[in-house]
Amino acid sequence: MTQIQLRVPAHHVSPRARWYWATRAMIGWVVVIVVETVAWLTTPDSGAGLIVLLAITAFVAATHLVVMPRWRFHVHRWEATDDAVYTQSGWFTQERRIAPVNRIQTVDTHRGPFEQLFGLSNVTVTTASASGPLHINGLDLATALTLVDDLTARTSTQGDGT
Amino acid sequence: MTVTITKPDAEWDVQWRRLSPRMLLIHPVVELGRAIPAIVGLLVAGTTSGGGSQWGLIGAGVVIALGISHWFTTRYRIGTDQIQLRRGLLRRVTVSAPLDRVRTVDVTAHLLHRALGLAKVAIGTGTSDRKGRTALVLDGLSATSAARLRAELLHRPGAAETAAETAEASAAVHDPEREIARLDPAWVRYAPFTLSGAITSLAVLGFGWRLINEAHIDLSHGGPTRAIADRLRHAPLVLDVIAVALAILLIITVASVVGYVLAFWRFRLTRHDGGSLHISRGLITSRATSIERRRLVGAELSEPLLLRAVGGARCVAIATGLRVGRGAERGGQVLLPPAPRAASVEVIAAVLGSNRVSTAELRRHPRAALRRRIVRVAAACGLFVAVIGGVVAWSPVSRGSWFASLIVFVGVAPLAIDRYRSLGHAVVDGYLVTRFGSLVRRRSIVSCDAVIGWNFRSSFFQRRVGLTTLRATSAAGKQHFPIVDVAQGDAVALANSVTPGLLTPFVV
Repeated sequence: MTQIQLRVPAHHVSPRARWYWATRAMIGWVVVIVVETVAWLTTPDSGAGLIVLLAITAFVAATHLVVMPRWRFHVHRWEATDDAVYTQSGWFTQERRIAPVNRIQTVDTHRGPFEQLFGLSNVTVTTASASGPLHINGLDLATALTLVDDLTARTSTQGDGT
Repeated sequence: MTVTITKPDAEWDVQWRRLSPRMLLIHPVVELGRAIPAIVGLLVAGTTSGGGSQWGLIGAGVVIALGISHWFTTRYRIGTDQIQLRRGLLRRVTVSAPLDRVRTVDVTAHLLHRALGLAKVAIGTGTSDRKGRTALVLDGLSATSAARLRAELLHRPGAAETAAETAEASAAVHDPEREIARLDPAWVRYAPFTLSGAITSLAVLGFGWRLINEAHIDLSHGGPTRAIADRLRHAPLVLDVIAVALAILLIITVASVVGYVLAFWRFRLTRHDGGSLHISRGLITSRATSIERRRLVGAELSEPLLLRAVGGARCVAIATGLRVGRGAERGGQVLLPPAPRAASVEVIAAVLGSNRVSTAELRRHPRAALRRRIVRVAAACGLFVAVIGGVVAWSPVSRGSWFASLIVFVGVAPLAIDRYRSLGHAVVDGYLVTRFGSLVRRRSIVSCDAVIGWNFRSSFFQRRVGLTTLRATSAAGKQHFPIVDVAQGDAVALANSVTPGLLTPFVV
């Protein structure tokens, strides 16, 4: 038997998702850096310790902000055919999920404030199994709506999907 | 998915039914039992302000009246396509469910119920969020009407798949149930090899400890405990250890045997001609569960290490809308209590219609999976030794106990190898079979039709050695069935043979 392998899903999410992920991560880092700076300024004769910590934080933050969005954009992919939805996500642990369209129970979109700012949307596809939801994060809004309409139209005629 | 679309009253052609009037005797007793702490509180509060017994009596009267009101406020009706339950005195609740969503019917009867010939019927519609007030529970039907209701719900004409089956079912009215398995009293010998005895003992011990603390009993002054303590103090240490170990062993054995008998006495697994499975069991509290045939999609053969060592196994049903709860015995889905492995294999063959699913050779997983097992077990042991080391370093315990803790590393190789040997998967007679685990080895057998998706998970370390953990997701049982550390190519091939065509567009 020849070895068969799964290929990666066909589509990337929206390129703007990179900026969204970077913005979200940056907010977290800014909080950390502000706290550290305040600690540095308010501690008299703290010596070099806090400055070194600040420098390390800044370096880690910069690396994270440069690498993470590209990496995520590279990994997060999705595809929907007539019969199935296929997603890939993850960082250290990567996960690929496949769900047949005829077993789909709900298709939801979800948009946080920052996602609205960047014109993005999350799509969650659930099946009757509690451990099978497929998440696509950072889709272009128009693409997300088309996908949801598409999937809903195809699933509405099915049975209870168990 | 919760379906609570209520039909308008005009469309119902059946009358509301009430629970059995004999419940009027049970409700006050049960409610009083539950309210004892509150009534005692009232009594105490009353004594300090004078006229205690009066308040206690009034409290008891209110509780009894509330208990009786349950009967007057609860009604149910079963139409052609819906079941409806209405209850509540101040807050009226009406629960409706379509009949074709009924997956399980659970009939339980505790001591009081049985004395009066009654039973409680719980109807499972597959939604796990139906708890508390919206649960479809009819507490208190006569045993015969409970049985009739069960038949009504599970063997509606629409539920039978073909007309021929219905005819066949009605022709065989005299003996509609065929027995698949019943408890052999000799199986009780497997009870000590389950952990349930140890758990029960711990629970009893904890409860006893709390009682003693609450009652402020000082054990060191008590007669028998003092005598035992004195004797232990004067005997050599080795004898002490042996005596205590033997005592613990004896207690656990007795507890597990008692637990086994209580839970599984009169265990009987039968198949109704309409297709559903009936499981009835219990010595004092009797419990009968029915699972509709279409909902039963597989079975799990579980072999905890101790039970496996003596050639035993137990068997659990995998059904949609029947979540596996904590401890296999607690749920109503036990297909066979701890019993000889051969008996479990027979039951699975009878229930799923395939002899080979529980005996077929499984495809082994790559050697890299063995290395992962060794690393993981060794890491767990390392963590254990580190924790012990920390405790030893920060407390006056002698260093010797840390060296003693190193002994856990002896177990690394056997455990890792056994865990590796447990791994396996196969597709047999239309069922996906997957097995893993050592301390509890589980062989899950799931119908391929019940698999509704796939998750391929691989960590950085797994990707380096070309492994992946494949999960078949399903609406049944634990919701997913893992095939642990399988070669990436094998995973795709397996998924492809279980759900033909689903992966085709995505493979290269």
